[in-house]
Amino acid sequence: MNWEQIIVNALEASVGLQAVVFALAAIGLNVHFGYTGLLNFGQSAFLAVAAYGLAVMVSTFGLSFWVGILVGLVGAVILALLLGVPTLRLRADYLAIVTIAAAEIVRLIARSVTFADTFGGSDGRQAFAGGFYDLNPYPEGSYNIGSFGFGERAMWILTVGWTLVALSCLIVFLLMRSPWGRVLKAIREDEDAVRSLGKNVYSYKMQSLIIGGVLGSLGGFVYALGQASIQPDIFGTETTFYVYTVLILGGAARVASPVVGAMIFWVVLSLTDNILNQAIDAGYISTSIITNSQVGQVRFMLVGLALMLLMIFRPQGIFGDRKEIALDAR
Amino acid sequence: MRNKVAILLATLFAAIVCVLGLGTGTAQADGETIFGFLFEGTGPDRVNYDGVDVTVSGPSGFEETATSDADGRWDIPVPGEGTYTVALDQETLPEGVTLRNQDLESLDVVVAFGQNKPVLFPLGEGTRNVASRWDEAAQLTAEGLRFGLIIALAAVGLSLIFGTTGLTNFAHGELVTLGGLLTYWLNSGNLPRFLPDGPQIPFIAAAAIALVLCGLLGWANDAGLWAPLRRRGTGLIAAMIVSIGLSILVRYIYLYLFGGTNQSYRSYQGQVGLDVGPITLASKDYISMGIAIVVLMATAYALLRTRLGKATRAVADNPALAAASGIDVDHVIKVVWIAGSVLAGLSGVLLGLAQGVNFQMGFQILLLIFAAVTLGGLGTAFGALLGSLVVGMFISVSTLWIPIELKNVGALGILIVVLLVRPQGILGRAQRVG
Repeated sequence: MNWEQIIVNALEASVGLQAVVFALAAIGLNVHFGYTGLLNFGQSAFLAVAAYGLAVMVSTFGLSFWVGILVGLVGAVILALLLGVPTLRLRADYLAIVTIAAAEIVRLIARSVTFADTFGGSDGRQAFAGGFYDLNPYPEGSYNIGSFGFGERAMWILTVGWTLVALSCLIVFLLMRSPWGRVLKAIREDEDAVRSLGKNVYSYKMQSLIIGGVLGSLGGFVYALGQASIQPDIFGTETTFYVYTVLILGGAARVASPVVGAMIFWVVLSLTDNILNQAIDAGYISTSIITNSQVGQVRFMLVGLALMLLMIFRPQGIFGDRKEIALDAR
Repeated sequence: MRNKVAILLATLFAAIVCVLGLGTGTAQADGETIFGFLFEGTGPDRVNYDGVDVTVSGPSGFEETATSDADGRWDIPVPGEGTYTVALDQETLPEGVTLRNQDLESLDVVVAFGQNKPVLFPLGEGTRNVASRWDEAAQLTAEGLRFGLIIALAAVGLSLIFGTTGLTNFAHGELVTLGGLLTYWLNSGNLPRFLPDGPQIPFIAAAAIALVLCGLLGWANDAGLWAPLRRRGTGLIAAMIVSIGLSILVRYIYLYLFGGTNQSYRSYQGQVGLDVGPITLASKDYISMGIAIVVLMATAYALLRTRLGKATRAVADNPALAAASGIDVDHVIKVVWIAGSVLAGLSGVLLGLAQGVNFQMGFQILLLIFAAVTLGGLGTAFGALLGSLVVGMFISVSTLWIPIELKNVGALGILIVVLLVRPQGILGRAQRVG
């Protein structure tokens, strides 16, 4: 067992690409679920629309990087409108079912053979990140402290990613202490009361859906640029459920908790993956019980179990306030 | 009601007699080979197709074409282990013979060191010469009906559980999978990991045992998890997220136990299609449709006419009022969980018969079940039935116009459109929200 390697991997996971992506997605979801009480189960679709908007504009149509970013952002806004118009007047569970259906529609269209010329089918899109890495200010080389560290490309995407995380947190912080944010929280607590005070609840919910969607879509950009390739199946429903786990782990309706939730989530996954893999390699665990290729399954079981136990025993997560989690909002 | 369902099932399954197996040959050659047979039907009905071109292409520009001989056999030696693409040239098939699944015109296969790799292209539907569009529509409607009935079995249970407890159960798909997996394990004798091989139980008995186990696990699911949560006063949305966690946990336990492959039951593979008018389906399909219809009608009868069924509808309508009028709400919920799990399990058994068994078969249709329930109106059992038939038919018939891989997109899209114009669903009651 190489403990140094295990710890270095865990440290890298705590600030790595996945942590950034899930932090951004969860910050967006926090606006929906934590502050407004909207059950959006299609957060992965916002990531997909952004990632594909960028990748398709650059690699299929040969347009510039910035056009791709713009198309991705506009796509996220349009998706929020499409999701919101039919469902925001209905009970909360309808929004849940429609958003999860919409996310599957996005994924199925992206991976279909019919549109493979545009979206690349199940192979997805590659070779679109050049414009982004041309802006890289880090000189070539590796930036290490001991064996912990990243290459110049990872340094650049992580710098941009964590800057976006910080800005998003700031935006959410400022929004939620404004009168507008108080209306959102009031909607979460009692929609009818807010309506009787003369507020247009539908419009506020729609604004929340758009803002949360756009914040989540930043995660899609960061993922696409960090991996320099995208495949449709990474934007499946399981991604959305991961984001929920991250959010609930940190504690919904807190500004920084999605960030902490994402870091802890990926550290725990990295630790279990690495420890199990090394224990199998070293023969501490017999391959008749579990093989290296099955370690990934244990990860999913852990996520499922964690989501259940958190929701049953500590729905406010690590930092949340139980009073703030209006889980029976309609 | 459960007893009735079980007896009905046992008798109907007993009516199934046709057991046919697919034969595969073996090849003797030096080095690695990819080979296969092109034929349709089995036993005395078997027709071999000769003169059909099959092309294998692989790494470093390897490409070779072979033509099938009088036995329908083709052989292509390949240079070594690796991944190869095997493509059938449909132009060379005899008139009126088509691939049963148009998506499988070319297959990627992995050839191991020294392996003679068999590759089969299932041919079929060619017994009917050049189908007209109306015939095709009739065929697709029948297939849609079959799929809709399978969804309906799961959807009715989901809808009843939602109606009586308010729980949107994302783990319902895992109950569907459970029915398929248990039947496969019992039928094939390949018990899950750590267990020795068991006896090969005949399909009907295996399915019956599986359904009893599904009922037991449904009861355990409620008694062990959901009933305590209800007593704690856990909110509905919290419970829904718990069910998502449960769904992920159980699905990956299935994957761990069952593996990632697609398996078939030991019986009823490769049945010859039976023609009824323009429709060609295997006899197992007709029988599974019959079983589904009988079970659904029995459920409807139980809901409408029996004391317990009326109590169930009363609880679904207003639990507090039902409790006040002397109905034992906890008992009703227990029965609904057991019956709902058995129905879901039966859905899984039949789905496995139609398309094979894998660890996420239930999860794959979960969204369609939700679409069906929502279309029909949340919490209404008959709405769920109607919604399922609409979804099943729509998915199947829409492939006349839209590419087959986008068929679920159409069904999910129609869900959103219906919610726009009739938010309460087809049979739901309009409810004022805001």
